[in-house]
Amino acid sequence: MKKLFLAASTLALTAGVVSAEDVKLGTLLGITGPIESISPNMFTAADMAIKEVNDSGKAANGWVFQNVRADSTCIDAAAASAAAERLVTVEGVKGIIGGDCSGVTRAVLTNVAMPNGIVMISPSATSPALSTDPDDGLFFRTVPSDAREGQVMADVLEARGVKSIALTYSNSDYGKGLAEAIANAFTAKGGTITINASHDDGKADYSAEVGALASAGGDVLVVAGYIDQGGKGIIQAAVDTGAFTTFGLPGGMYGDSLVEAIGPALNGSFGQHAASTSEGYSAYLDLAKAFEPSFDGSTNFAATSYDAAALIMLAMQAANSTDPKVYKDKVIEIANGPADGSGTKIKAGELGKALELIAAGTAIDYDGATGVTLIDGGDASGTFAEDEIKDGKWEIVGYR
Amino acid sequence: MDFLNALVAFSNFILIPGLAYGSQLALGALGVTLIFGVLRFSNFAHGDTMAFGTAFVILFTWWFQSMGITGGPLPTALLALPFGIAVTIAMVLGTDRVVYRFYRRQRAKPIILVIVSAGVMFVMNGLVRMIIGTSEKNFTDGSRFLLDPKTFRDATGLAEPLAIKTTQAVSVVVAVVCVALLFWFLQKTRTGKSMRAYSDNEDLALLSGINPDRVVMVTWMIAGALACIAGTLYGLDKSFRVFVYFGLLLPIFAAAIVGGLGSPLGAIVGGYVIAFSELIVTSAWRKILGYLAPPDWLGPGLYQALSTDYKVAVSFVILIVVLLFRPQGIFGGK
Repeated sequence: MKKLFLAASTLALTAGVVSAEDVKLGTLLGITGPIESISPNMFTAADMAIKEVNDSGKAANGWVFQNVRADSTCIDAAAASAAAERLVTVEGVKGIIGGDCSGVTRAVLTNVAMPNGIVMISPSATSPALSTDPDDGLFFRTVPSDAREGQVMADVLEARGVKSIALTYSNSDYGKGLAEAIANAFTAKGGTITINASHDDGKADYSAEVGALASAGGDVLVVAGYIDQGGKGIIQAAVDTGAFTTFGLPGGMYGDSLVEAIGPALNGSFGQHAASTSEGYSAYLDLAKAFEPSFDGSTNFAATSYDAAALIMLAMQAANSTDPKVYKDKVIEIANGPADGSGTKIKAGELGKALELIAAGTAIDYDGATGVTLIDGGDASGTFAEDEIKDGKWEIVGYR
Repeated sequence: MDFLNALVAFSNFILIPGLAYGSQLALGALGVTLIFGVLRFSNFAHGDTMAFGTAFVILFTWWFQSMGITGGPLPTALLALPFGIAVTIAMVLGTDRVVYRFYRRQRAKPIILVIVSAGVMFVMNGLVRMIIGTSEKNFTDGSRFLLDPKTFRDATGLAEPLAIKTTQAVSVVVAVVCVALLFWFLQKTRTGKSMRAYSDNEDLALLSGINPDRVVMVTWMIAGALACIAGTLYGLDKSFRVFVYFGLLLPIFAAAIVGGLGSPLGAIVGGYVIAFSELIVTSAWRKILGYLAPPDWLGPGLYQALSTDYKVAVSFVILIVVLLFRPQGIFGGK
């Protein structure tokens, strides 16, 4: 009994005497729920960034970061809000890496983060709604919004002087969302959408659909569909009837099987697909392999989790404060560097160097594992490769 | 010039696809109507018989291609077709021997045979999936176009392209040849006449010494051959997927019923009626009208009666209307 008391009191002592330098961060991801299979590596990747900073010993004021995990459940907004509330009020975290799924992230942002003034950086919430939700400048994400590809497609179309497009999309959540994003972005640039029609996947014949698209006309037919499904059928029927000669091909249509099936008629068509160009990505994969416990860094959203954790800590360093109200203004500055691009690029595995540079007053441009660049609303821009089909082959003609 | 453009657009998007699709439906409906006329039941397994025949044509096509035998500008599948037909005929005769003959001997009611054919349909559907798989199969080769849209545009200087795919031309030609052969067979040969006699009045035919087993066998052979040809033409022109052939059953039955079940001529007319109705109702007429009417008359609409998603509904509506108001069909079947 006595021993137990002793042990308990020592524990209480060590726990109670949290030195002024200890900084707690919360990681709010789905330990349970639909993404429970990918969340373990996301947690570990965030831990890896925190351990890297602690091991370097370069953090200002002798800060030692600690990670507190909590379960967002991915789908239950009430449970996620309660978990976040506990992180903030009981654990006293200074920033949250999370949430994961878009629905719970929006709930936590409005119910917990904004009332308490806590910074949230999500590695995986992709809903376009999060770009426009009011967030008091507290919300960021290291993953691009679903709307981003629509924006990029519109940029590509504009750059090629396309004035009007016919748009068809796979009758699925993906297709619908993407088509909406493309339509909004392209119209905002002054382009014309002659028709915005869905097509069902798995049909034998798409000539009727193409007939309607052809009737509406347009310089280019943009096909927001799947490469091995209706998207291919639509293009085949359009080529067969001579209805369109140039096609706009978003990421879902990127792949060699398309050019093999359609042949030379596709030459001159163009599009874009999400592509990681960051040098830091391979460095990050090596780190993940060498980390204890070793994990596969290429699983979904693990790299963005590393970047989310790193961004919070670097922003604190830059603000010389762990107060979210102060360091929130530094997040975009750290991620993008000065506008003239003079910031020193920081790859994954260089967090110690970054802390040193910040302390010395040198501007940095954090690229991390995924080439982080934040745009308006605190969203990652993501990197898209612009493709063009030349001589029956996909060629990357640039990055956006 | 505008009128020519309108005409070309009409041909490109409605006339040519309609003729090809109508030919494929007509051949399918002919098989259904023959079975109904002679064996007196609606064969629900017909769509899957088409898939079965096409699957074997595809296998033979691949085999020929691997040996370097091709049809030149024509699809290799045409060479493989006789072999596919042979397998299909063997299969339908086998089904008749194992399944249908039992019920025929029992003098089962037509409704029982219909249910039996639904059972055969499911078995055959599974069989085809096991043989060739569920994914889309592509077996079209040879030259793609008889008339290339770009060539046409360059040659005529019209704004509208006109394309005729080789497979569309093949569909129409093969259908015409098959129909001609079938009518010659039914009208002129002894076996054909006995089939018609058996179909018109079974008892009288039996009294005049017609062998019923032989009539049934020939009917199955013709229906199997037609199913295999129709399926192959459809697969060449569009694409092959088992599930799609299952769905073809509806327009095929609609075609047979519109024409009048049991009437071969009706099945052909019905095939084109269904094909053109589907295309006319679901196509957007804006482009064609745009050439005919002054531009400011039209406004922004697409002039599309129904979205293309509702293509199947067109056959349904026609089927219901015909059954309500003229159940015997255009040519007065049964």
